[in-house]
Amino acid sequence: METDRPDSQTPNQLRPLACSCSCSILHRSHGSASWAQRETKVLAAVYGPKAGTKKNENPKKASIKVIWKPKTGQIGKVEKEYEMILKRTLESICIRTIYPNTTTLVIVQIVHDDGVLLPCAINAACVALVDARIPLKHLVVAICCSITDSGCIILDPTKDQEEKMKAFINLVFPNTIVSVLPEGSLQEGSETMAHGIMTSITQGAMS
Amino acid sequence: MGLPNVSEDLSSEMEVDAFRRLFPLRYFERHLAESIRPDGRPLGKARETSIFLGAVASANGSALVKIGSTTILTAIKMEVMTPSLESPDEGCLAIDFHMPPICSPIVRPGRPAEASPVVSKQLSDTISSSKMIDLKELSLVSGKAAWMAYLDIYCLDADGALFDAALLSAVASLSHLQIPVVAMNDDGKIVLVSEEDGQKREQEPVNKEKRKLTLRSIPFSLTCILHKNYILADPTAEEESIMETHVTVVLDTSGQLISLYKPGGPVLAYTSAIQDCAALTRQRVKELKSFLDKANSAMEVE
Repeated sequence: METDRPDSQTPNQLRPLACSCSCSILHRSHGSASWAQRETKVLAAVYGPKAGTKKNENPKKASIKVIWKPKTGQIGKVEKEYEMILKRTLESICIRTIYPNTTTLVIVQIVHDDGVLLPCAINAACVALVDARIPLKHLVVAICCSITDSGCIILDPTKDQEEKMKAFINLVFPNTIVSVLPEGSLQEGSETMAHGIMTSITQGAMS
Repeated sequence: MGLPNVSEDLSSEMEVDAFRRLFPLRYFERHLAESIRPDGRPLGKARETSIFLGAVASANGSALVKIGSTTILTAIKMEVMTPSLESPDEGCLAIDFHMPPICSPIVRPGRPAEASPVVSKQLSDTISSSKMIDLKELSLVSGKAAWMAYLDIYCLDADGALFDAALLSAVASLSHLQIPVVAMNDDGKIVLVSEEDGQKREQEPVNKEKRKLTLRSIPFSLTCILHKNYILADPTAEEESIMETHVTVVLDTSGQLISLYKPGGPVLAYTSAIQDCAALTRQRVKELKSFLDKANSAMEVE
């Protein structure tokens, strides 16, 4: 059956993306990126690697500290959870053994929220890390899917659509490395690397 | 003759401890190769679980849950409040997860622990996603009075899989919850009716007796660690700190997936791994359901 979306997009269509990354956005940062998916917009900045690690961190590896700044107001539980998810995801893609005993600071500023906020922030942070030339194993791609009562899957919902849906799931996948050599293309078992889930956050019940 | 044996035993024990401290990852991988864990459990087995209802007498509902060494205490307080304009005939549930310094060497007094708001948010999302409680049941007078339930969850001993124990504790305390009797007084305000006060019985009670909440499908969770090709169910704090990829699957008693939670981590979760985790969780849901039913029936006997 055809699900009609109020913004006249097809179910598996992403909203228009706008991504810019250069030191012209934020001069003082080592890397910065602005990522927008239609109305939702996130600004990310990367500082570091700076010398020293915090208490409870492993000095043999580089550590990442994430600060999530909402559009208005103070940090609550939602923001703390987003910070933790972002930190764990970014730690997974960085090669942390290259700069031991350092801390990289990633600051994410929310400019506007119209749904799909966490995937937008993950994409922005990834681009900012690239801009800062932090060594990465691979890039990540973050999306959000929502599920209607009839079981249809809609990609990239808006805030209004998000509230009407039965459930939605945020997924982060690694980007496949394209290599000329056949051994270079990473393949684990029978599945390609791009099929593995790096981060998954769900809301609502689904079958 | 006995003396050299004793020194040999001591030295070998010290060597094992030193190896564990200095090379924890290798120590664990040595055990994993034999399909066993350092505490003797097979890979897919959860630790011993116990539920004790009614641990806090002054609370309207309470539960103490132990999974292995992890200990979580939950208490529920009920208050009458004015419902919000958006949902005038619904009550409210406020869930807070606390990690006092007593529970772990990592937690310091004063500043709240990093894990506290994360587990709080996860619990709120899970309980609202599962629709375990009909919030309309918490309404008293539409638009004027409704119940507000405060769930305070305290971690007394943090030894891994905090979310699993916290969710089980919250669910157990909600099943134990007794909603107190209230009445409308002359001014039109809702007041609590204590059982001892006979005079107030003249007032018309809004709900006539203490009653329990109707719980629909109940969510249960299982946290697994993915490490290379292994899946370890119900990790301890030591295992959690050494191996970094955690997956938490929440299923309810009707088999629906409530949450699939994997916050990063170096190991990627493929379809087969997720299916294995879901199978382990399904098995765990049956176990926990029977535990909860046993605890509830034991309470009814009292």
